Amino acid sequence: MPHAVPILPDDQLAPLLTRYDAAVRERQRHTLIGVAVVVACIFLSGWMGEVRPLVFLEHMDRLPNYFWTILPTLHWATLWSDLSEWYWNLDHWLKLLVDTILIAYLGTLLGGIGAFFLSFLASANLVANPFIRVTARRFLEFCRTVPELVFALLFVVAFGLGPLPGVLALAIHTMGALGKLFAEVVENIDMKPVEGATSSGASWSEAVRFAVVPQVSSNFASYGLLRFEINVREASIMGFVGAGGIGQDLIEAIRKFYYSDVSAILLLIIGTVMIIDLLTEQVRHRLLGLEGSR
Amino acid sequence: MSRARFDLGDADRARLAAAFPQAMQPSSAGRVRAVAALVAAAALAVYAFWRLGFSLDRLGSGVAQLAHFVTLMFPPDPGTQLPLYMHALGETLAIAFLGTLGGALLALPFGFLAAKNVIPNIFAHFGVRRFLDAVRGVDRLIWALIYVTVVGLGPFAGILAIATASFGELGKLFSEAVEALDRKPVEGVVSTGGSGLEGVRFGMLPQVLPVLASQLLYYFESNSRQSTIVGIVGAGGLGLHLAEQIRVLEWQKVSFLILMMLVMVGVIDFISSRLRFAIIGKARITT
Repeated sequence: MPHAVPILPDDQLAPLLTRYDAAVRERQRHTLIGVAVVVACIFLSGWMGEVRPLVFLEHMDRLPNYFWTILPTLHWATLWSDLSEWYWNLDHWLKLLVDTILIAYLGTLLGGIGAFFLSFLASANLVANPFIRVTARRFLEFCRTVPELVFALLFVVAFGLGPLPGVLALAIHTMGALGKLFAEVVENIDMKPVEGATSSGASWSEAVRFAVVPQVSSNFASYGLLRFEINVREASIMGFVGAGGIGQDLIEAIRKFYYSDVSAILLLIIGTVMIIDLLTEQVRHRLLGLEGSR
Repeated sequence: MSRARFDLGDADRARLAAAFPQAMQPSSAGRVRAVAALVAAAALAVYAFWRLGFSLDRLGSGVAQLAHFVTLMFPPDPGTQLPLYMHALGETLAIAFLGTLGGALLALPFGFLAAKNVIPNIFAHFGVRRFLDAVRGVDRLIWALIYVTVVGLGPFAGILAIATASFGELGKLFSEAVEALDRKPVEGVVSTGGSGLEGVRFGMLPQVLPVLASQLLYYFESNSRQSTIVGIVGAGGLGLHLAEQIRVLEWQKVSFLILMMLVMVGVIDFISSRLRFAIIGKARITT
């Protein structure tokens, strides 16, 4: 069936068209202003950031060259001895790698425990008192805004060198980041079990334990695992400021131009991060599957 | 009106237990598994505490020292270095802005290459994805160190480091956004007489642009935090001064620098969340 497209008479069409054109022009003007602002920002920050494109282009070859030099020389005939020369310090590095993973683990665990308790206090649907809620939220915000490396720098001075300040720095940052995510999960729960528990005489903590925690635990665990992944990466650089882990050896290798050590340690870190990513992804899918089937 | 309370007798309990067996007795297998997982986690934690050399008196003396430092931090005071710190703040902002933008520009073509619906060849997009994974596996501070040895000290190394790290992360996110594209608007544009290019412009771009823009802003926020620390390895910005002042124990300057960081991040968060709402509407964003 052919559709008739109604065409308005000109005297009705004209004002509509002018208004349409005006609206389009208005949008174009906004886009233009946006583009101009962005371009201005680019030049301003290029000037502030001492960007020298010509110098960069001139020395462009240094970057691939750097990666070329850090690669070890491997010959097929002497592959085994070349490999063992490349990874000459493997025992020590593996020990540091285990340290790194344990730093990430403890940081995630301690931070997760802190976030667990604070998230209930920061949730609008569980805590009616705005003072407690706002205080908890601001505290979490502070913990996640200050970068973990800044905490690590401070803690290294206070606690001395070693993994201890690294763990504490990671734990505080993790508490802030996870606390926010946890609080969002708690605010999205079904309130009926809470009402049921409260109406049958449960105290606040009992209501949280028996009505809230069962609803949120699998989501919490999934977020915690995601954070663990991030923390392994962060723990690998804690050594840059003397807070334990494999970063100490990496920064030394880079600073002192031990080229093949750089690639050896980098490959170890990348491999570990990838394996942990894959493992946690598996566990997370199972956890989320649990959530879906319930 | 007084409410009647029923006291359940033993017979009632038994009847209920028979009628709802799952509800009345907790599944022992699940409980055993949960307890086993908790015990394993706790055991690993104890091992980690032991291996990493935690001790209560070290913790105690450290906390006491930290409390002492915190009392020395008030009031925050830049001394005579305010102009220097403002310049560092500008550098930090420049690093965050150009790093995010540069990373995004690089990530755009790679996002398309890593998308299954653009490159059906499994080896190609698998290769691109693993490449992005490898770039992401290296932390931005490591990139900063590498770039410092390549282009020298200064904020430019920081820009390159932030750009490289953002490239790895944004490339993955862009490819996911492209894979989630709906083909129907493009087909609609083409079926009403639009050319292929117009299909991309009016069918595809309006779908991906808001997603990309909001991710870009989110990364700008997160990079503004990260760019404060690349200075620790000499790549410009506030981090350089912060690390230095912590080393020489100038606590009032340290607290002033941290305060500057907090204010900067707060302002950027505020602006970018306003921009994000303007771009994608008032919808709640889950990031």
